[in-house]
Formats: sequence, C-alpha cells, structure tokens
Amino acid sequence: MSKNNIVSHLKQKKISEVLSTGKRMDGRGFGDFRELTIKRNILFKSEGSAEVWLGKSHVMVGVKVGTGTPFEDTPDEGVLMTNAEFTPIANAAWEPGPPNEASIELARVVDRGIRSAEILDTASLCIISGKLVQIVFVDLYVLNYDGNLIDACSAGAIAALMGAKKPVYSVVEKEAKPTGEKVPLTIRKKPIAVSVIKIGDNLIIDPTADEEDVMDCRLTVTFDEEGNICTMQKSGSVGLTVDEIKKCINMAQEKAPEIRAKAIGD
Amino acid sequence: MSANFQDRDLVIPGDVVFEGRIRTGENTYRQQDQVYATRLGLVNYSPDNVNVVALSAGYTPLVGDVVIGEVVDIDLGEWKIGIGAQTEAVMGIPDAVDRPFRTDYIMTRILDIGDTLVAKIVDLDRRRTPILSILGPGLGKVYDGFIMRITPSKIPRLIGKKGSMINMIIRETGCRIVIGQNGRILISGPNREREEMVVKVVTKIELEAHTSGLTNRTQEYLRQLKERSQ
Amino acid sequence: MSKKPTTKKTTARKPVRSKKSQKVISWKRADGRLFDELRPLKIESGVLPNADGSAYIEMGRNKILCGVFGPREMHPKHQAKPNEAVLRCRYHMAPFSVDPRRSPAPSRRDQEISMVMRSALEPAVFLERYPRASIDVYIEVLEADGGTRCASINAAAVALVDAGIPMKDLVAACAVGKIEDKLIVDLGDYEDKKGQSDMPVAYMPKLNKVTLLQMDGNMSAEENEKALNLAIEGCKKVYEVQREALKKKYGIDQPQDRPPKEFPPEEPAEEPQNEEGPE
Repeated sequence: MSKNNIVSHLKQKKISEVLSTGKRMDGRGFGDFRELTIKRNILFKSEGSAEVWLGKSHVMVGVKVGTGTPFEDTPDEGVLMTNAEFTPIANAAWEPGPPNEASIELARVVDRGIRSAEILDTASLCIISGKLVQIVFVDLYVLNYDGNLIDACSAGAIAALMGAKKPVYSVVEKEAKPTGEKVPLTIRKKPIAVSVIKIGDNLIIDPTADEEDVMDCRLTVTFDEEGNICTMQKSGSVGLTVDEIKKCINMAQEKAPEIRAKAIGD
Repeated sequence: MSANFQDRDLVIPGDVVFEGRIRTGENTYRQQDQVYATRLGLVNYSPDNVNVVALSAGYTPLVGDVVIGEVVDIDLGEWKIGIGAQTEAVMGIPDAVDRPFRTDYIMTRILDIGDTLVAKIVDLDRRRTPILSILGPGLGKVYDGFIMRITPSKIPRLIGKKGSMINMIIRETGCRIVIGQNGRILISGPNREREEMVVKVVTKIELEAHTSGLTNRTQEYLRQLKERSQ
Repeated sequence: MSKKPTTKKTTARKPVRSKKSQKVISWKRADGRLFDELRPLKIESGVLPNADGSAYIEMGRNKILCGVFGPREMHPKHQAKPNEAVLRCRYHMAPFSVDPRRSPAPSRRDQEISMVMRSALEPAVFLERYPRASIDVYIEVLEADGGTRCASINAAAVALVDAGIPMKDLVAACAVGKIEDKLIVDLGDYEDKKGQSDMPVAYMPKLNKVTLLQMDGNMSAEENEKALNLAIEGCKKVYEVQREALKKKYGIDQPQDRPPKEFPPEEPAEEPQNEEGPE
C-alpha cells in the first residue's frame, strides 16, 4: 500500500536508524497507538455508522440492513457481507477501480473477526425460512490513508454495528412487510483487531503509512472481550519466529481493551 | 483606474483586483479592462504592478531551481525523477557523472530507483519537462537524513530575506538543512531531538507564512523548544 | 463530518403529506422553506491530508467529500493532451449513501454526472498552463439527499482552489425545479422525486457565464427563463459560502482582522521570476 510502490531508500534507512534508538519517527513508543477518535451514528440513511480517525487515517463505516434470499445451506440464517473501498481521495497513488488485493484483504480480515466471534445473531435475521432473510452490509470506506487501516476499520465496524438498528418485519400469510419499527441489532461480542508490524528486529504497533512502506511483515490478531483469539492474519514476505509471534500476540492483547472501550463508547 | 482591495487583502480566483492599465504580475490575468486573481492569496499593489502572493500553489519548475526528488524509473540512459511537478523530471548520464562517458555504465550503480537526490534544473525541454543535473557543489545523491514536505509557495518565507530565517534555524539547531524549491526539505541533525525541533519550526512557519513578525516569533519559539529539552 | 463533534440538526425531515398545507400567505415547501430558500449549507476547505486540495460540503442532508490531485503526470501517458492538462472528474457514491444500499460499482448515472462535472468546471481552469498533465477531481458522496451533482460541483470548485490550481473564476451550482406549478430553488430528495421539473445550473459568478445547464420535466419558455434567473441567484448565494470557506482556512476574514499597517516588513528572499502576464 505504498505511495508509488517505490520504497525510498532514505526513508528506510532513517526509520531503521531511529528505531534502533528505541523511538519512532513521530516520537511514539513501540507499543503506542496514535490518537483514536470514534463517532457513532453520523449518517442518517444508514442503519448504523461510525467515523474513525486513527492518527491521520480516516475511515467511515456504514451498516445497511437489507433483505434477500438466504444461502442454500443456511436457510434460517441472515447474511453478513463486508466490503472495503479504497477511495482515490485517500492517497495520491490510489486509482479508482475494482478492489485490489489490499482492500480485499482488509475486508476479509475484518469480516472474519466479526464472523468468527459470532457477534451477529444470524437466526434473529431470518424473516421467512428458506425465502427471505435480512442481510447486514458492512461497508468500510477509507477516506484518508496513513497506515493501519485494519485496526481502524475493525474498531469502526464494531462501533457501527453496536449502534445499528434493523427494520422489524411481520409475516402474514407468507407475505413479509416491514412494520416501520426498528430495533437494535443483537451484537453478542466485540472483537477488536490489533496489528503489529516487524521492521528489522523491531516489533511495532499502529504503523503509519511510512512505517508500513518499509515493513517486513505484519501480524493482525483479533481478540474478544475474554482475551480469546478470534482471527489471525499474517501478511508480508518476511517470516516470523515463533517467539516473535508470541511477542506480537502479547503486544496486541495489551492494546485491545482500550481500543474496544473507544469503539463501544465508554 | 482603481484598486478594488487593500494591500494584503485575501483574494480568491475571479476577484477583480484592479481596473485599468497596470502591469499584471504573478497569479493575475487581464481581460480587457479588468485584472483578475487566479489563485487564493494576498493581493499586492505597487505603483506599477499588481500581483497575488499565492497561499497555496503547486510547484512550477524553473531553470536554476534546486530541487529534491526521488528516482522513480530508469529508461534508455535516463533517470526519471519525481519532483512533485506536473511532469516527472529527467536526467541523463552526462549530467550525473563528471568523467568521460562510458557506454557500459550501469545506471543503477550511480542512482537506483528509490534513491533521493538534490539536483538543479538546468533546462526545460520543449515539452516543459525539467532536465536535472547533479554536477555541482551541494548536489548529488542523499545518504542521510529525511525529507519533509511543505507547500512550495511557502519556501521563500522559510528562506527569509537573504536567508535570514533558514540560517537562524540552522544556527540554533545545528542541523544540516537543504531546501528544494519544490517544497521538499532535507533535514539531517546530530540527534533526533534536534531534527524534531526543525520539523516543529518548519510546520509553524508553513502555517503562519502569511503573517508578520514571523522571524522574531520563530526565534522565540526555537528558544523555548531548546529550553524545554534541557 | 469533521474533526469537531457535529451536533448539526438539519431542517429537511421527511415531509408531512398534508393536502391542505398551502393555505398560508407566503407559500412554504414540505420542509418549511420558501420558494427561493436554500437548504442549510456548510463548506470546509482543506480537510483531506493526502490530497493536494480538498473540500467537504453539507448541502441539506447531502454529505460530500472532494479530493483534488494535480497537476501531475498523466497515466496512462497516451491519453495526455499535448497542449493542455486533462481534467478528470469522478463522481462516486458510497454504498451506504442511499436507501437501499447500492453497489460500489460505478453506474451509468455516475458516469454521466462525472462528465457534466467536467464540462462545468473546465471553463474555469487554466488547463493550458499544464500540458500533458492531469488534474484529478474525485467526489465521494457519503450521504445523498437530492441535488448531489450541484453539491459536488460546489465542493470541487473549492477543492481546486485549495489545491492552488490557477482558475479564472469559481464555479457555483444550484438546481431549480417546479412543484405544484411553483418554481423552487435547491430541491431536496422528496422534491426531486415528486416535482414536475429539475434544472441544475452551474455558473461562474464573476465572469457571468453558465457552465452547466440540464433540465428535465415540463416548463414553458417563460418559466424556463424565470427558472434560469432563479438558479443564478441561488448560485450567487452558494458562491458567498464558497468564498467564506476558502478564507476561513487562513483565519483572515474581516477587514479588521487584517495584519497591521507596517507591512510588508519581511520580503521573500527571491523576487518571483515568473511573471504571469496577460494570456
């Protein structure tokens, strides 16, 4: 996700130099998050929404609840669909077009976090078994890119879902009609993703765009409230030792509660 | 003949800054009797000229400018260098190497994709592509430090009258600072703290470039930063 | 959508379908506005850190972001023009911006609006200054409530100025329509759908030229002329808000806020070498 797909050698050198003194370019510690602000329910036309600022990364998450046919193998269950959009306003090097692998990875990692934790009570989204169910769309809209979109989007998705409402349907003689009433979505758990990247021998949290440009690899871990791991995703072309993986998980686990607190609005 | 604004007023494109005969300077254009601003900025009236000092503008390459850029491509004996202008700049081997030209020069050994350099614009070709050279004092590949970006139109303010502002910053922080007219600044200091001071000061100058008394305020600000670090 | 908490209440709520609502002496629209009243309008410039220029607009319940990049090297190169820059506009809507959710893929309507935006903005930009370059204007509609093409043009004009692209004038846009045989300015979504006519207009206020004109519906020639004049008046009102948005970023807005008279104390080191004289 670098600006020109060309990594500046000078930048690489400088970042490594500064990391070797135990600091980062913006003065943070290795385990520090940037300022995180989350606002909920800011869009009128969405059933749920959240706006996230993580440093200069800026993401808008919209939750829409529509209807459709269920999947054949789960006739009594509603459907969850997560989509990510890397808009061209977010970064000079991003061109308009169909989703690229980074945006697909982002959508799928956030999706797995929501799905694995089984946060949505999909049975409660069924209207007519085998025919009509509610579909929850989570759209992750990136408005400005400065690194760590996965964490920002995951927190935003939880915030948006927490505040989302779904239309109530009444079924009369096999015909379903909306009653006009709206009730909150049942959200059972609040999984939060925290990513750790590796630059040389250093493991650091909440990378900026510059740090992501020079990273060797990334490990994203999603935790639920009990500290259980729901999903993991490693990306990047350099390997991690088992020891490094353990360290990453510890670093991420430490941060998950405070991110969750911001997402659910304490 | 009339000046429609007062000196240093903020104007936007389309504002009629002058009516009548006068020499039109930067960021203005004339249509018949009226002179319009073409950019957002502060209008400047002098006895024989009206111009607008733009608050926000991209970089327009000029011959003689020192710029800081990055190699983005290598093609047919030429490096293509991104300098943040409307087109990429180019540089041929004779402008990079002082010695007699050898046809088997491996270009990536001189400058590779991803390398940063300080160069001078020696020409604009007939398609307005900037032609660069790194032959000359203070020019060449950059090995140390980092690049900070500011709006190109604020660069003169950062330099100051006869270099007064930038020399003061260099003196007070002990950092090596190279300014590119294309809005890029190379900073390399004795330690990270000093480098961060430069970043803070330059950020402040960029925000307040259009105000008065800036050199004094900047000096005072620097003094406070140094005190805090002691 | 901004860094400060927004507690903005909008006045455009879902209208009450009262058949006898028009008995008052000054006729009011479904949302309580007078025929020539614009919806609440707010514009902010310089809101996107990575864009060269940007603007955010709230026009009624529309929430639209615009990012401008350029002038920059054109890709793909074979589409570049030898004598001037190419202005590329892309109008795009977020899936959650409308009800029901729409696909993120560009629709034909998106492409049409992208094209008319370009026609509306091109006359105001000095494209000839940047041969072979591209100037990219990207619109993202976060929430739509009628009149998004006008709102997009309004944001784009501010974003172009914010990017420092030389322009001949700003471009302001406003739509006029007809409902219950009365001409109205700045249609909301409801009026858009139920009205008899819709005429979006974009206008360069200082040069007094119309750069966008579309219309559908049913109007007599006389109504049409009235509508155009009404639209231009609406554009002029929008223009004032655009001007304020640009000035606000620099904190200089009133004459009394002007810096004191000992100016100019510090001149830039180099005199500008580039005299941009008359074309």
